[in-house]
Formats: sequence, C-alpha cells, structure tokens
Amino acid sequence: MNIKRLNWPLWLGLVVTLAAFLSYFFVFVLFPFTRDFPWANLVLFVIAGVLLFMGLRRGFASDRPHPTRSKIVSSIVSVFSLFVFAMFVFVIFVGGRSLPASKGAPQVGQRVPDFSLPDTSGRQVSLDELLTTPINGNRPKGVLLIFYRGYW
Amino acid sequence: MRSIERSLNQFNEAGIRPVAISVDTSEDSRNLAQSQGYTFPILSDRNAEVIQRYDLAHKGAGIHGEDIARPAEFLIDSTKTAVWINLTENYWIRARPEQVLEVSKLLK
Repeated sequence: MNIKRLNWPLWLGLVVTLAAFLSYFFVFVLFPFTRDFPWANLVLFVIAGVLLFMGLRRGFASDRPHPTRSKIVSSIVSVFSLFVFAMFVFVIFVGGRSLPASKGAPQVGQRVPDFSLPDTSGRQVSLDELLTTPINGNRPKGVLLIFYRGYW
Repeated sequence: MRSIERSLNQFNEAGIRPVAISVDTSEDSRNLAQSQGYTFPILSDRNAEVIQRYDLAHKGAGIHGEDIARPAEFLIDSTKTAVWINLTENYWIRARPEQVLEVSKLLK
C-alpha cells in the first residue's frame, strides 16, 4: 500500500479514540488524579477528534484514488469514533451516577450498626474486635469501613 | 483500596484500621488480597445483610442481579460513632486517603 495514499490521520484517529476509551479502565483509573475526573482521556479524545477531522477532509478530497470508497470509509470510521466518545461520556458521567441515595445510611454523629463477618480465612470478625485489636501495640483510635462492589 | 494499601503505614501511625466489606466470598477476597497485595482485613458479607443494615445495597446491580454494596466509606471512632462519611454520587469518584487521615487527627 502506498503510504501517500493511506489516510493515516483517519486510522490514527481511530486508534487514539480506542486508546482514549480503554486507557481509563486499564491505566488512569489506578490514580486518583486521573480517575476522579477523566481529563487525561478527554485530552486523548480531543487529539483523536483533530486527527479524525483531518482524516475526513482527506477522505473527501478530490484527489483520492477511490473517491466513493474513501468517503464511505472515512465517514464510517468517524461516526464510530464519535459513538465510542459518546459511550465514554455516558459510562463515566451518567452510568457512574446510577447509585442508590442510601438515605438510611449512618450519618456523622450516629452510632453505626454492629456486625460480625468472616474474613479472608473464614474467621468471624466483629466490629468490637476490629476496634480493640491493637495496631502496632496501641489500641486503635478508629476503624475506616470501606464498602465496595466486589467482583462477585 | 489500592491507595489505602499504599497509605497503610500512615493509617497505622494514625491508629486507624481500614476494613473492606463486599458480597464477595472469603475465597474471592483472599484471591483479591493476594493478587493486589492488600494486607488490611477484607470481610465477606455474602448475603448483603450488613450492607442492607447500613442502607448501602445497590439492588440488583450484581452480575446475576444480586444485591451488592454501593461504594461508601465510614470513619468510626472507638465508641462506634461515625465521625466522617463518604457516600460518593459517582462510582468513579472515591475518597482519598489524605481526606481520611486529615479527619482522623480529631480522634482521641
């Protein structure tokens, strides 16, 4: 394939779009700075958008060897990339907010419910035990309960 | 939980014990702890009973439609009183260890 004829901005734009989507879940989610607001991914999407715009212009240029095919391919790739971007925005900003309000959860100043649950070795551990078992030889000042979705 | 583990020395110094709770089985939690290097306690609330008692159930959100916990963090003192809570409105935004360590200075 002739590199001059290849619509490289279009294909690079597609690759950057996919990278912008996937990198959040595999890389940027690991760091609070890039997780709480996905600015790194949005920057990648902007770069992808510029490349795709260049690719579209190129695809619709009059000097293409296969003008019709070129227009169709660049249009499909651009629409698909736009769809990937929309998916990303939906997953992070809309899907991420679909959490229950939990109005009945313990409030600041309230006592939290007691519990006793098995740990990773199957041994029952109570809240009392968590609050009294020494940390480095000292009685704990508190416990940080972290509820998470789990992996089922 | 990754950032909690990274800050575990500071939590120990502050006298705060992090404890994670989900509907995962003890075995799954053990595998998670081993693969991720988590050394703080991870408890298994298989039937989401404690999760419901704390009103944190996300109904039907599990992969087979089971109830699971929504993400939430509670700092409680030695009298079992909540001194700081974080009920995130967006799944992708979580409490940072610095926030908890800052509040934990108030604990006696």
